[in-house]
Amino acid sequence: MLDADFFRRWMTATAASVDREADRLTALDSPIGDADHGSNLRRGFTAVTAALEKEAPGTPGAVLVLAGRQLISTVGGASGPLYGTLLRRTGKALGDAAEVDEGGFAEALRTGVDAVMQLGGAAPGDKTMIDSLVPAVDALPDGFRAARAAAEQGAEATTPLQARKGRASYLGERSIGHQDPGATSAALLIAALDEADGE
Amino acid sequence: MRMLINVPETVVADALRGMAAAHPELTVDVENRVIVRRDAPVAGKVALVSGGGSGHEPLHGGFVGPGMLSAACPGEVFTSPVPDQMLRAAAAVDSGAGVLFVVKNYTGDVLNFDMAAELAEDEGIQIAKVLVNDDVAVTDSLYTAGRRGTGATLFVEKIAGAAAEEGQPLERVEALARQVNENSRSFGVALSACTTPAKGSPTFDLPPGELELGVGIHGEPGRERRAMMTSGEIADFAVHAILEDLTPRNPVLVLVNGMGATPLLELYGFNAEVQRVLAQRGVAVAHTLVGNYVTSLDMAGASVTLCQIDEELLRLWNAPVKTPGLRWGV
Repeated sequence: MLDADFFRRWMTATAASVDREADRLTALDSPIGDADHGSNLRRGFTAVTAALEKEAPGTPGAVLVLAGRQLISTVGGASGPLYGTLLRRTGKALGDAAEVDEGGFAEALRTGVDAVMQLGGAAPGDKTMIDSLVPAVDALPDGFRAARAAAEQGAEATTPLQARKGRASYLGERSIGHQDPGATSAALLIAALDEADGE
Repeated sequence: MRMLINVPETVVADALRGMAAAHPELTVDVENRVIVRRDAPVAGKVALVSGGGSGHEPLHGGFVGPGMLSAACPGEVFTSPVPDQMLRAAAAVDSGAGVLFVVKNYTGDVLNFDMAAELAEDEGIQIAKVLVNDDVAVTDSLYTAGRRGTGATLFVEKIAGAAAEEGQPLERVEALARQVNENSRSFGVALSACTTPAKGSPTFDLPPGELELGVGIHGEPGRERRAMMTSGEIADFAVHAILEDLTPRNPVLVLVNGMGATPLLELYGFNAEVQRVLAQRGVAVAHTLVGNYVTSLDMAGASVTLCQIDEELLRLWNAPVKTPGLRWGV
C-alpha cells in the first residue's frame, strides 16, 4: 500500500532529480525549444517541496493536488499547466483514501495522463511528454522499475520523431534527431517513483 | 556572456522595478508581476489584458495605458506567465464590463490563459479571448501547434484598445480584435540568434554569412537557412510570403519590426525595400510603423506585418494612445 508519505517522497525525489538534471533538460531544450525547460521545472518543483514542508497533506490525493497546484502557479509556459494537470487530476482520481494500492495508483495515473493528452491535444508519436508517460502507465502494473524503464525508452524513442506539438513543432523536419525535453523530464518523474519506493 | 544584468534569476523583477521608476503613470506590482494602468478599473469600459514571456519588450507591459492595454502580465523570459498573474490582472481592471484576453498562439500562453479564464469566470468576471496567430512562416498548421502570434499582436491591442476606450461593449471589442487578427500576416528573419539570460549563450548557431528565414520571437531557428541576402532580397522574400496568404483589397497597415539588435538605420532601409515591393504588387499603404516593438532579446533581424484595414479600423488605429511603447494623439 502507498500512503501520503510515499507520495511526498515521490515529489521530493522528483525535485532532487529535476535539480540534478536541470542543465541537461535545458540543453535538450536548446536546439528545438527556447532553452529553459530545466530552469522552469526546477523553479516549480522547488515550490512543490516548500509547500509540502509547510503543510503536510494527510492523503495521497491531497499531496498530488497540492503539488499540481504549485506547478500551475509557478512554472508558466506549457510545462506548468501540463505537469500541474497531470498531478492534480491523478490526485483527484485517488480521492480521499488514506492509502492506495499499486493498482489503484496505476488507474489514477492513467486518468492524469489522459487529462494531459486532452489539455495539450497531443497523442503518442507527437514528440512530447506523452511519449514517455503512456508507455510508463502501460508498464505500471509490472511495477515501478518496469514503468521507469518504459518511460526512459519512450523518451529516447522521441529522437527520430518530427515534433507535432509545442514549440519544437515550428521547426518541422529540423526537430528530427533531438530527444524531446518534455519526454525526458516526464521520465525523471516516473523514475522518481522507483526511487521513492526503494527508500 | 556580457549582459547588463545582476543575476539571471532576477532579470524580470529588476526590469519591472526600473519600469515602475520610469513610468509613474502605471501601477507596477513587481512581486506579483502585473502592470496596470493607474486609473483602472475605468467605469463602464471593457478591459484588455495581455501577457506572455518577457524578452519581447516593449510588448506587453510597454503597451499598457489609455487607448491600449489595461494590464499586462510578464512571465519569465520567453515563458508564459501563470494563471495567478492573469487572474490578478483581470480582477484589478474589470469594471464589470468584462475583460478581453489577448493571447498569442503558443501552447503555454493558450493553456495558462484558458485556466485563468476559468478562474476569473468563477469569480464573476466576464472573459472573452482572442487568439493572435499571424505568422505565415508556419505553413503546415495541421501538424504543428498552429501559426505563432507575432507582430499582429500590436495591431490587435491598439485597435481593440481604442474600441474599448470608446466604451464599445465586450462582444464588439472582441469581434474587432478577431477582425484585425484575421486580416494580419507576418514574416520574420533572423541575422543572429539571441542569448537568454538563463542559458548565457546563443540559442542556436548561425554561421557568418547565413540567415534564418521564417523565425518566431523566441530565439528558435526558422523554417529555412540561406546564404545572407540583401535588404531588398529579404523584403521580396518576406512580403511575397505574406501575399501568398493574404490578398489585400484595401489599404494595409505596415509594421517593420526590429527583433532587438538591429539599428533603425537598417530598419528604415529595410522599410524602403518593403514599400518598394508593396508598390510593385499594387498594395496601398495607409500607415507604416518602424521600430523595435515585438522583440526577441538581442536577436538581430526584422519582421514584417501587414494588416488589411477598413475605415473603422483605420479610425481606431489613429485614435489617441498613451503608453510607454506607443504614443500619439495625446
